[in-house]
Amino acid sequence: MKNSPYIPSTDLDQKEMLQTIGAKTFKDLLNDVPKKMLFPALELKEALSEQELVEFFELMANNNFASKSISSFMGGGAYNHYIPSTVKSMIQRGEFLTSYTPYQPEASQGTLQVGFEFQSMIAQLFDMEVCNAGMYDGPTALAEAALMACRIKRNNTVVIHSSIPEKSLEVIKAYSKWQDIELINYDDMSNDESSEYGCLLVQSPNQYGEIEDVEKLADEIHSKNGLIVQHTYPISLGLLKPPGQLSVDIATAEGQPLGVPVSFGGPFIGLLTCKKEYIRQLPGRIIGQTVDKNNKVSYALTLQTREQHIRRESATSNICTSTQLIGLMVAVYLATMGPNGIKSVAETSYHRAHYFASELDKIDDFKLVSKNFFNEFVIETKIDVSKINKVLLKNNIEGGIDISDKDSNKIMFAVTELNSPEIIRKTIDILGEKID
Amino acid sequence: MSEIPKNLKYSKDHEWVEISENIATVGITLHAAESLGDIVYVDVNSLDKNLSQFDKFGEIESVKAVSDLYVPISGKVIEINEALLNNPEFVNEDCYDKGWIIKLEINDTKDLEELLNSEEYQKII
Amino acid sequence: MINKEQTLLMNQSKKGRKAINLPSIGVPETSLPDSKFLRKDIELPEVAQLDLIRYFTNLSSLNYSIDTNFYPLGSCTMKYNPKINEQISAIKGFASSHPNQSDENIQGNLEIMYDLQNELGEITGLPAVSLAPLAGAQGEYAGLLIAREYHNHNNQKNRNIALIPDSAHGTNPASASMAGLDAVTIKTTNEGDIDLEDLKNKVNENVCVLMLTLPSTLGLFEPNILEITKIIHDNGGLVYADGANLNALLGITKFGELGIDICHSNLHKTFSTPHGGGGPGSGPVMVAKFLEKYLPYPHIKKDGGKFIQYKPEFSVGRLNGFYGSFGILVRAYAYIRSLGAEGLREISENAIINANYIQERLKEHYELTSSRRCMHETVLSASKQKEDGVKAIDIAKKLLDEGFHAPTMYFPLIVEEALMIEPTESESKETIDKFITAMIKISELSKTNPDEITNAPLNLPVERLDEAQAARNPVLAWEKK
Repeated sequence: MKNSPYIPSTDLDQKEMLQTIGAKTFKDLLNDVPKKMLFPALELKEALSEQELVEFFELMANNNFASKSISSFMGGGAYNHYIPSTVKSMIQRGEFLTSYTPYQPEASQGTLQVGFEFQSMIAQLFDMEVCNAGMYDGPTALAEAALMACRIKRNNTVVIHSSIPEKSLEVIKAYSKWQDIELINYDDMSNDESSEYGCLLVQSPNQYGEIEDVEKLADEIHSKNGLIVQHTYPISLGLLKPPGQLSVDIATAEGQPLGVPVSFGGPFIGLLTCKKEYIRQLPGRIIGQTVDKNNKVSYALTLQTREQHIRRESATSNICTSTQLIGLMVAVYLATMGPNGIKSVAETSYHRAHYFASELDKIDDFKLVSKNFFNEFVIETKIDVSKINKVLLKNNIEGGIDISDKDSNKIMFAVTELNSPEIIRKTIDILGEKID
Repeated sequence: MSEIPKNLKYSKDHEWVEISENIATVGITLHAAESLGDIVYVDVNSLDKNLSQFDKFGEIESVKAVSDLYVPISGKVIEINEALLNNPEFVNEDCYDKGWIIKLEINDTKDLEELLNSEEYQKII
Repeated sequence: MINKEQTLLMNQSKKGRKAINLPSIGVPETSLPDSKFLRKDIELPEVAQLDLIRYFTNLSSLNYSIDTNFYPLGSCTMKYNPKINEQISAIKGFASSHPNQSDENIQGNLEIMYDLQNELGEITGLPAVSLAPLAGAQGEYAGLLIAREYHNHNNQKNRNIALIPDSAHGTNPASASMAGLDAVTIKTTNEGDIDLEDLKNKVNENVCVLMLTLPSTLGLFEPNILEITKIIHDNGGLVYADGANLNALLGITKFGELGIDICHSNLHKTFSTPHGGGGPGSGPVMVAKFLEKYLPYPHIKKDGGKFIQYKPEFSVGRLNGFYGSFGILVRAYAYIRSLGAEGLREISENAIINANYIQERLKEHYELTSSRRCMHETVLSASKQKEDGVKAIDIAKKLLDEGFHAPTMYFPLIVEEALMIEPTESESKETIDKFITAMIKISELSKTNPDEITNAPLNLPVERLDEAQAARNPVLAWEKK
């Protein structure tokens, strides 16, 4: 009796195959494995039937607040946006889901053309010339962009603007630790005209949701011979000027808001775009258009000599995924939204956020501290933030992020088109009551 | 079998060099071009640099391989084949003529003793 | 044949079409930011919903996939991706779970991660596990960071060499380089085993780590593994195992018992999570207990009855925005729970039998790199066929015409005209027999009519591509005509 529905071989099949191989038992195939270490005991949890599996995981999921959440105001790098039915249905297609990296282009035109659409639409959304097929997530895309800029400029000093959140900075540290790269704060950048830097990293909208003057920062770092790297929130580009119109050299983003569930932080997709002149230093997969023998338009992985499987220790990165399936979600999302849809989502998020913020500001215990923000803002309060969130949770509403410091209690809310006017008003009412 | 011009000298790294007074023209051999396949990119970052024999002067890439380029003779890189940078296929089409890669200004020719003539090169490929 | 050419969306786009209706703003509007921050227009496709669905559905039909074809791609473990795993990962309580939520509201997620850490630790014999790495390559990088931090902590900053066999995946030297290590190549024998003499000559007080793949990239179990790990340990170094081929070892042997200190596992290979056309992956890193304090964060532990996240004492840091590829972790854990210990062992047993069966039946037709029994994959060489002008790539393309995905070609680099075949446990004997028949037919054809092979593929949506043009004049995004 076999233990798995995932194994088709019967006892007879196995016997026949072993006979052909010329082995009496399976064990005879394992002569190279040290005898003492063969067939160790595996103390694992008991196997479950499919039905029990579903029951078990439903139970686990119910231990998360998310199972009963009716609305969320949580952001900070992962955002709840509406995921269209088109995205959900396309991602279930096994032809996309269960194919491999398109090393055999003749048998992978589907994946490749979707990837080309992804690169095209992201390039258009960012108004940048070139985009790769995808990175792991936003923070790793930003870290790789910093390394890329240092290679291009042959200068290993990375300037970090205060708009960059702590988590991204931690990833940059883990990526650059052994590469002789120096990280300095923007405030410590020298005014000396002769000083030069590899790049300046800025995030806009910044870690607290505010819009930065990226163009001004670009001029400043360009005058010091460095590149400007902007990390952004892709939905904001439905309303705000894209990196390509702000003199930005390399632009990155967390692609999750474009049709991907927050899924406890992953899988996400990192977006990495740049000017065409820097393409040889771009890490990751790139898909290009070409023709086949009959001159038919077709698509293939290209510029592969940058990558680890060819250049090995001299590669631009060790990455060998493009997070293609998430790229499919993003591509279907952007195609579903179109120019008007992405604009609508951005504007709805903006106006609802500003309405929510200004109404909260009217409540005695709350003070809006953000000014020029997109859809995420900070409220200062005398009330303990955990108490605020607790009250909201009781009403099945996911509150904001606690960013209190030693001087004051602060809570950061993110608002999207998924926070309906009714929920916003209900939340305002709840928070207008006395909290203790 | 690939034709190996008799008037050139060869390095073991498959570069050829042609000397005309104090100018050395350098490219890669047909054998090298064939084993790399379709050349898609030539990168030379050593213009105006003084290089010693067998120093790296650039890289050449095909679709699925990359190879370092070394100068077969000491000298200063004075010219890059600009036409080649936009048409890397010249290396496949005609590696000994329009597929040349750089020109070096040389002081003397004593490095040539380290190189192979066409018959010796034939033997190593 | 139906014309399968699919026009790019921007070329189908018409102003005024849309694929979705969105809610109105619904609240009083505020003034917009200063005009210098505002965007004028966006160029994205405008298509109706049916055309969009038809476009992507038709594109999907141009792919080979596990769900439609046998995919014997060596070193990639293209096994069946159970549908139930997809269903489970999409449960609302997981999919809409926010990663910035506090621990008490994400106990379900943390418990799953904690349990998966334990199961992977038990399977590999390396009990301290971090689920953070987002892919195999990031798992390698994490492992190397751990090795560096360990030596650093023991005042051995000098250890900056990674010994890497010449048969290794390209990610190994690339990861070593990112970790600031000099990659020193170790020779392997003709059969892909580590050359012990070369290893002894190159091991010294500056060696940080030996990175080896087990089974090797030739699909063979390293017979000298115990001696190798001893040589490295005697010199103060650590041993890293690339777990790309872990599908051969489930319940067969444990890395930890062989003297290996660090390994990673590609959940999208061994533990059945979908490859998705090239990601998302997940590459947890497993280490011996004495290295636990260096693991990346966040790491999950149990404290009383509660699951909590924490930062190990000398952690190498944060590798990504949040917790790792959580949706992938859920799928992998569902797979492990659906099999249990006995089921997992049967996975490896059948993977190994299937590979040996293919090797045995094809050895008269293709050059074998080793006469030894293979593990879960076999590496053949098309050197015989090359004499008739048929190369590994031609055989690969002809197989596509026959309805099979191609094996991995030209890897490992040390084998001429390599064809690396990994059937996995998922395939029935009937499917495997059909594949063998096709391989034999191609070998015969290489003698009688090689052109039929070198012209392949002819039955696919496109014929062979001009990849040189793609690289010489890169067209990487849609351009206005």
